[in-house]
Amino acid sequence: MTEFTQLSLFDVLEGLEKKDFSAVEVAEATVKAAEAAQGALNCFTFIDGDKAKEMAQVSDARRAKGEAGALDGAPIAIKDLFGVYDVETTASSNILKGFKPRYESTVTQKLWDAGAVFFGKTSMDEFAMGSSNETAATGPVVNPWRAKGSDEKLVPGGSSGGSAAALAAGISYGATGTDTGGSIRQPAAFTGLVGAKPTYGRCSRWGVVAFASSLDHPGPFGKTVKDTALLTQVMSGHDPKDSTSYPGAVPDMVSAVSRGVKGLKIGIPKEYRVDGMPSAIDALWEKGAQWLKEQGAEIVEISLPMTKYALPAYYIIAPAEASSNLARYDGMRFGQRVEGEDLIDTYEKTRAQGFGNEVQRRILIGTYVLSAGYYDAYYLKALKVRRKILEDFNAAFEGVDAILTPTTPSAAFGIGSKADADPIEMYLNDIFTVTANIAGIPAMSVPAGLDKNGLPLGLQVITKALDEETMFAVGGALEHAAGFTAKPEQWWG
Amino acid sequence: MSVTQDDVRRIARLARIAEPADRLDSLTNELNGILDWVEQLNEVDVTGVEPMTTPVQTPLPLRADEITDGGKRDDILANAPKAEEGFFVVPKSVE
Repeated sequence: MTEFTQLSLFDVLEGLEKKDFSAVEVAEATVKAAEAAQGALNCFTFIDGDKAKEMAQVSDARRAKGEAGALDGAPIAIKDLFGVYDVETTASSNILKGFKPRYESTVTQKLWDAGAVFFGKTSMDEFAMGSSNETAATGPVVNPWRAKGSDEKLVPGGSSGGSAAALAAGISYGATGTDTGGSIRQPAAFTGLVGAKPTYGRCSRWGVVAFASSLDHPGPFGKTVKDTALLTQVMSGHDPKDSTSYPGAVPDMVSAVSRGVKGLKIGIPKEYRVDGMPSAIDALWEKGAQWLKEQGAEIVEISLPMTKYALPAYYIIAPAEASSNLARYDGMRFGQRVEGEDLIDTYEKTRAQGFGNEVQRRILIGTYVLSAGYYDAYYLKALKVRRKILEDFNAAFEGVDAILTPTTPSAAFGIGSKADADPIEMYLNDIFTVTANIAGIPAMSVPAGLDKNGLPLGLQVITKALDEETMFAVGGALEHAAGFTAKPEQWWG
Repeated sequence: MSVTQDDVRRIARLARIAEPADRLDSLTNELNGILDWVEQLNEVDVTGVEPMTTPVQTPLPLRADEITDGGKRDDILANAPKAEEGFFVVPKSVE
């Protein structure tokens, strides 16, 4: 019997093509694994066995006719931020409870057009605001990984924590996420997966619930760099329905994975060495540079002096855009309504009861920095700093082809362990990832090793805008050298 | 710049969120913490720097001014908290 949870996306596609198993068998195994894990991991908001079977049957018929698409028959988990036709889409918020879009997001449509099979939606931090998946209306998601000799429940990272937990548990063969400040790469690092955020505009935002429109990047999680490259390639492409969608051609990202790094210059930015960072992360970073050097790359020390300002700029820009985007949840046209004494009272009660605390906090910050008298001091200032950060990267890319950094300043932490901390402490999780959102450039996390407690750590590769090929080439080289094969020991379902 | 509890009440009103009476104190502290922290942006000299609004410069796409969508009344009303006879039902907003 095939151990379906152990297979990569390319493994499963090959098995389907060789008729080792059918898409229906794969779908049934995926749904079974999802249902078995849900009680312990809480990573899904919805599981749909019937739809999965139906799509898998159609896929088997298509493959039999020799018309299989790039992902035909592979179940892919969908973050609950993507609108899927007539399937409850809540952004893990109470305010969207019961909302079933009458449209399909462009990214999920591209997946289905390539033959991927829908089987469920994954939990996330409410409206993608968080780094631990603890703010979901359906409760915290649990990381399949646990520290050696401990049964403490750890966070999977966030905001795309449900997708990361599901895939790390072997459920499905890829997952979608969105990354506004690190929400794909940080959970990928916390769960031993590959996570990629292509250039801003590569993947259409149409049909994806908006958080901060100029920073939101849809992207995939994969079990391997090659799986992730294929998913990114399928999800990318110009979309007339998103005016910020990039109109140029999509490069061959899959071929780039095995291209090698010989002759490439890799920058190591000294500003990413922060106080209090565990020595294991520093050591892994050095090892990563060594791995690339051994494969023929040249390692260059670089400086990105604006790095420390990226996170504060983000915490002005993202809440500002969020406060504007989330104004649409007024209880009139869709979502939940809480009746009040009059119109204003209805708005206020609907939003106070529908949004969780972190979402309200960010709406308030955003409303404040955009309010009369403060716009120039905060918002406009942050947009100017944003350009300085981009200029930093542009200057660095004159001399190097890619930048190598750690993905996160720590490994996964315990659920509830930051509950009493200052909100800023949680925000600092994104310190290494947020810069690429600010600049809109490609970045990915590759699992590279385990810390002393046996928890996964990731390395991040950043390249210049539209150069996903070099990102995947460097990611492929890191994966090759790291030989990361560790899996969480199965304790769930 | 620091915010007071009155400011938080005013911001909540602007954001159409009912006054978070039980969390007013903690919210005021948290907002001040975040605002103090972002103050460090004032260290950056941004003289002559244009604000950045989009990461990748692409020409704003134009298309012919033709109807490309529509006729979806029922789809649009499908998720309404209240709808009747093809209309949204909302609280009285004009006296």
